[in-house]
Amino acid sequence: MEEEEGLHQLQLLDTMFVRGLKRKCFDGEEDIEGTLAGFKALPSYNLQRQSLLDMYLVKLQLCHMLVEPNLCRSVLIANTVRQIQEEMTQDGTWQMISTQSTGQTSLDRLVSTDILCRSSKEQVEGKLVQGYSSFPKDFEDTQSQESSEILSTVTSGQAPRSLQSNMWEIENPQENRGNFQKSLDQIFETLENKTPDSVEDLFSEVDNSYYDLDTVLTVMMGNTKMGHCDVLETFPSQAPTNSNSNCKSDLNELDHIVEILVES
Amino acid sequence: MAGAAGGGGGADFQWCFSQVKGAIDEDVAEADIISTVEFNYTGDLLATGDKGGRVVIFQREQENKSRPHSRGEYNVYSTFQSHEPEFDYLKSLEIEEKINKIRWLPQQNAAHFLLSTNDKTIKLWKISERDKRAEGYNLKDEDGRLRDPFRITALRVPILKPMDLMVEASPRRIFANAHTYHINSISVNSDHETYLSADDLRINLWHLEITDRSFNIVDIKPANMEELTEVITAAEFHPHHCNVFVYSSSKGTIRLCDMRSSALCDRHSKFFEEPEDPSSRSFFSEIISSISDVKFSHSGRYMMTRDYLSVKVWDLNMENRPVETYQVHEYLRSKLCSLYENDCIFDKFECCWNGSDSAIMTGSYNNFFRMFDRNTRRDITLEASRESSKPRAILKPRKVCTGGKRKKDEISVDSLDFNKKILHTAWHPTENIIAVAATNNLYIFQDKMN
Repeated sequence: MEEEEGLHQLQLLDTMFVRGLKRKCFDGEEDIEGTLAGFKALPSYNLQRQSLLDMYLVKLQLCHMLVEPNLCRSVLIANTVRQIQEEMTQDGTWQMISTQSTGQTSLDRLVSTDILCRSSKEQVEGKLVQGYSSFPKDFEDTQSQESSEILSTVTSGQAPRSLQSNMWEIENPQENRGNFQKSLDQIFETLENKTPDSVEDLFSEVDNSYYDLDTVLTVMMGNTKMGHCDVLETFPSQAPTNSNSNCKSDLNELDHIVEILVES
Repeated sequence: MAGAAGGGGGADFQWCFSQVKGAIDEDVAEADIISTVEFNYTGDLLATGDKGGRVVIFQREQENKSRPHSRGEYNVYSTFQSHEPEFDYLKSLEIEEKINKIRWLPQQNAAHFLLSTNDKTIKLWKISERDKRAEGYNLKDEDGRLRDPFRITALRVPILKPMDLMVEASPRRIFANAHTYHINSISVNSDHETYLSADDLRINLWHLEITDRSFNIVDIKPANMEELTEVITAAEFHPHHCNVFVYSSSKGTIRLCDMRSSALCDRHSKFFEEPEDPSSRSFFSEIISSISDVKFSHSGRYMMTRDYLSVKVWDLNMENRPVETYQVHEYLRSKLCSLYENDCIFDKFECCWNGSDSAIMTGSYNNFFRMFDRNTRRDITLEASRESSKPRAILKPRKVCTGGKRKKDEISVDSLDFNKKILHTAWHPTENIIAVAATNNLYIFQDKMN
């Protein structure tokens, strides 16, 4: 049943996407500035892009739940996330993220918004970013300061819940596919303090840990307001470790070991 | 067959159903899903690999004058377990036993050799026949028990007696521990002594006789993994020049490398990329431009690449754009959001040439597959389904209706079954016989002329 609803929503999205293309064609030729102002005035484009960003980030996070994450897939998703984030930063619409955590499920959001990803015909010339190169410089210059403040006030309060939900997600990935909101909180926590490098951090450290995005995300979570002990307290069933960053990988290992024991 | 070599391509002929292999059940076991299909050099053998790590080899029957219609059916020749699931304890990761690729070696003696690979390990298998058995040993009984030496009073020469044909597969070499990332391609060199294996970030060169050493010839891993934006998606040796190979990337580019220029081929000799059409750029542009397969033509003059929506033929002498582009399922361009949501946008379709390089074939959804005739520019969409599986039944061309009124016999885009995807196809090296893998079933079609 849920699948049918989801499919219906996606069909809506696709239809509206096509309609969106046609709509733009009728607009005819306008000067750049006029279009820019007019375009940005369209709340739908930003919401659309936001929805797409949500989907991408969730997919990135869900990557680590697979037995072996597909590197190609992760790279493609991460590149597109970068593209969106760069665009949003240049727009100055990064603050839009604060509206995320107000309790709406993202499925509702998908239904209520128009579609995403118009072609660049829709976009203004000059708005289009050529070559989405790696992050750091662009982000640091722009409103990351401001936006990260907003993010931190919004998300820090939810941090314990998110960590808890992350633990559940590891064990019940299927059930939690619907819990977009919790995943997003987590992800935005990771973006909060390290916005410039957030996506790259997914690839950082040694090769091995790339496969364990949990480790990396945990490291970033550890950099938030929550201290060493707070993180440990949210996992009462786990033995305390010395390293915050090993918390998640220990969890994973434990899960694996339990699985093996159960199967044997 | 004369028709295949000289005549038009696959789109001109009429294709008929020949055989289907695999279970009919609606319930498909994950392990039975076919993950690779490959004819050998003569086309007499057809190998499939599946997610369960098994290899099944079919052999074409000799033509039988008493049954002229069954022109060489393929029947099971050998089945063996190539790879087993493993567990990497250091990384706490399972290593899937799924066979990613099979490549045959050219036949040099009575036995057949093939390379099969999963994500981490490549194995060289020898498939040999045994149809004779020695009898009359001196030192042991017929049932194998050793005879008491003191009881032996006479010597005799063992004689060979015929027995039921037994086909044995034995692993002759295991090439392991050379790939940190997942192997996506293997390719046997034209020198028949070496082969390459490619994973997401590196390509290694092996000698078929040596398992404890391989040479790294391409490494695109950045020093800082934070800067990773591109991975290797496929690689292949040139069919005639043993120093030349190509590899494709997730950014839609192909690099041709010459091993004579340097030991580490990080600098390409040629770089193939089609400039992007800025008017069609969207958030999905990069994902759909990722190349899922690259194949040289038999002539060695062209190569073909498959990305999500199209197949492109490149002339090796022209780097700035392909010479031909064929749209596989352009009607999906407006559905990219849904296809992203259900992960189908990441499906890796393969493509193949016919023996004369006049036609190309690739798969799509709803168990459809497409053929393009390069000379006549005609294309055809066919379906691999049980419904059209009557012996020698001619396949009816299929059509997808993109909007507006749906004609009779057309299928609308929204009715397509995206779970029925044809990712793997193979074309007989000399004749018009094709093998199409549809999930857990293998369909064999041939042209009507035969």
